[in-house]
Amino acid sequence: MPITNALTTTIERVSILDEHGNFDEKLGKGLIPDADLLKLYETMVTCRMMDEVAFKLQRSGRMGTYPQNMGQEANSLGAAYALNKDDWLVTCYRENCGLMWRGVPIDSILLHWMGDERGNAMPRPHHATPIAVPIGTQMLHATGLAWAAKYRGQKQIACTFFGDGATSEGDFHEACNFAANLDIPVIFFCQNNFWAISVPGRIQCSAPTVAQRGIAYGMPCLQLDGNDLFAVVYGMRKAIEHTRTTGKPFFIEGVTYRLGDHTTADDARRYRDQAEVDAWKGRDPITRLRNYMIKKGIWSDAKDAALREAAEASCMATIERCEQVEHPVRNDVFNYTFADLPTDLLTQRETGHTHSLGQDPSQLPSASSVR
Amino acid sequence: MANLTLVQAINLALIQEMEKDDRVMLLGEDVGANGGVFRVTEGLQKRFGANRVVDTPLAESGIIGASIGLAMAGLRPVPEIQFEGFLGPAYDQLCSHAARMRTRTRGAFTVPMTVRVPVGGGIHAPELHSDSPEAFYAHQPGLKVVMPSGPYDAKGLLISALRDPDPVIFFEPKRIYRAIREEVPEDEYTIPIGKARVVCEGTDLTVVSWGASVIQCMQAIEACGRSIELIDLRTIYPMDMETVEQSVSKTGRCVIVHEAPRTCGVGSEVATQIMEKCFLHLEAPVQRVTGFDTIMPYYKLELEYLPDAARIQRGIEDCLAY
Repeated sequence: MPITNALTTTIERVSILDEHGNFDEKLGKGLIPDADLLKLYETMVTCRMMDEVAFKLQRSGRMGTYPQNMGQEANSLGAAYALNKDDWLVTCYRENCGLMWRGVPIDSILLHWMGDERGNAMPRPHHATPIAVPIGTQMLHATGLAWAAKYRGQKQIACTFFGDGATSEGDFHEACNFAANLDIPVIFFCQNNFWAISVPGRIQCSAPTVAQRGIAYGMPCLQLDGNDLFAVVYGMRKAIEHTRTTGKPFFIEGVTYRLGDHTTADDARRYRDQAEVDAWKGRDPITRLRNYMIKKGIWSDAKDAALREAAEASCMATIERCEQVEHPVRNDVFNYTFADLPTDLLTQRETGHTHSLGQDPSQLPSASSVR
Repeated sequence: MANLTLVQAINLALIQEMEKDDRVMLLGEDVGANGGVFRVTEGLQKRFGANRVVDTPLAESGIIGASIGLAMAGLRPVPEIQFEGFLGPAYDQLCSHAARMRTRTRGAFTVPMTVRVPVGGGIHAPELHSDSPEAFYAHQPGLKVVMPSGPYDAKGLLISALRDPDPVIFFEPKRIYRAIREEVPEDEYTIPIGKARVVCEGTDLTVVSWGASVIQCMQAIEACGRSIELIDLRTIYPMDMETVEQSVSKTGRCVIVHEAPRTCGVGSEVATQIMEKCFLHLEAPVQRVTGFDTIMPYYKLELEYLPDAARIQRGIEDCLAY
C-alpha cells in the first residue's frame, strides 16, 4: 500500500450560550458561578462604555487615535478570568476587557492612547505587558516570558492575543514554532474578528479555520464562539490544564467580530457591508449574556439601567482623572532611554540643542558672534 | 594569565558570568551541541546543561523576540545571531521592542540582553557573511553597540555587556577570531562600555577605528614612520568622544577607518563631532578610509573592498600633507 493516511484530524468548536439564548447545560453548568458572572458582565459593560466615551473624546479632539474593542470583549475577559493572576497576559490592543479584569487601571490604557508613555508603566504585579502595536511581535515576548518561568521551575504560563491579520506575520510562525519545539507553556489566542483594517480574513488565511494552524505545530487547538463568554472560559480551562500540566503550548481561535472601525482613524463603511455588521450585532457578547442572566432571574432591566448609569459615571471619572494627570516633564523624553544616560544624551537634555554650536556652549569662541 | 584568541576570551567570559549569575543563559542556532559555528560557545552546553545553553529553531526574529520576553521576566539572555548578515530579520524586534521597552514603559519593563553577532569581512566567507552593519544599530536610540578589536578587550567588554541593564549588540569581528592572541587574565575584570582606548600615542595625527580594522591601522601607522595616535573606539554607541576630542585637539588631524560603507557610516558621526568639538584645532579636513558605498563583494574581491594598511597609509599621508 504505497499511499497511506499520514494524518487525520478534527477541529472541535465550542459553543455553550448561542446567539439565540440556547444554553448547553452539559458543558456550561457550574462553569461560572452566578456571583462571578455578575462581575464579569459588569466588566464587559464598563469596557463597552469606555469604548463609547473614548470614541466621543477622540471626535472632540480630547484624545488621539483609539481602537475600539466593541464586540470582542468576551475573548480576553474569559481568558483573564480563567487564568491565574500571575499568569502573563500578553496583549495587542483589543484586550481591554481582560486587562480590566486583571486589575490594570483603565487609566493606563487610556493614557497610552492619549499619547502618554506612563500608561504603559504596567504595575508589575498585574503580570500584563503593555499594548503591542507592531502586530504579532508580542507573541514572541509571551514565549520568552513563559520560557523564563519554565527556566526557573515555576508553574506560570503566558497567554498571548493577536488578530487574524497577525497570523500572516513571520513572528506568528516563529512564536508558535519556538513554543511548540522548545516546550514552552504559552496559550496562543487568536481573536479572529474577520478584518485587519480593510483586508478580510480570507486574505490572511484561506484554510477553513485559523485554529488548524496550531495543528501544523503539533499543538492541540480549539475553535471557540468568541462572543460566548462560557465557551471562552470552557476552552481556556482546557488550554490552561494542558499547558500547565504538560508545559506545552495550546492554540485557540476565538471567533468574534470587530463591530467598530479598526480605529478612530478608520471608516469601515468604505469596505464592508452593513448587513454583515448588523448580523454580528445580533451576536453581541454583552446582549447575549444579559438575556441569559435575565432569563435565569439573576438580572433585570432595572439593574441593567442602573449598571449602565454607574459605568458611565465611572468612565467619566476615569476620563477626568486622565485629563488631570500632570503633563509629562520634558526631561522624560530622555530619561528612560537607558538606565544611565550617556554624556551626550545628558548634554542634549540639558542644552536642548543638537545643532553644532549650540550643543556644547564651551565650544563657542564668542557667544555673541553666533547669537 | 593565558595567551588566548578572541574566541577563547569570549568563551571564558561567558563561563565566568554563567557561573556567577544563573540568570545568564545562551540561545541561538547551533550554540549548543555544536558550540556555535565559530566554536565560541564550545563546551558550554555540556558544562551548564541544555536548559542554559539552548539550540533554538532557525529564526532570528524568534531568537531576539523570545530573548526580549526572557529579559522582561528578569533573566539575562545572551542570544547569538550566527552572522551579521542575518541580523536583518531581527531588526523589528531589536528596534521596535528591545530598544524602546524602557522608554515606552517608563522603566516598568527593561531588556537586559546581550546580542552576540560575528561581524565583518576578511575570512573568505560566502555572501551575506561579511558585512558591517554597526551604523544601523548605533542610529537606533536605546541600543548600545560594542565591537572589540582583540581578546583582552573582548573579555572585559563582554562582561560589562552581560551586566548592563540595557540591550547591547556585541559585534565580534570574525577576521580576528583566531588571527591574534593576547594575554587574557583568568581573573575577572571589566572594561566599561562607552570608553575608548588609546592604542598608541602620537602627536602628528589621530587615527580612529574599531573592530578588526584596528589591526590594519596599526600596520599602516608602523609603515608611516610618523608620530601617530591610534584610538580604538571599542564602543560605537555611546561613543567616547572625549578621548577622540582630546587626541584631535592635540594632533589637529584625523583619519577615521572602518569596514562599513562610507555614506552614513559611523565615521560620518565621528567626523561631524570632531568638527563640532575641535574645529579651531584642525589643520586638515577629517579623512575617512572606509568600505565603498557598494554591496560587499564576494570573497574573490573582498580585499579590494576592505580598507587595508596600504589604503589607510595613503589616507594618513594625504591628511598629513594637507
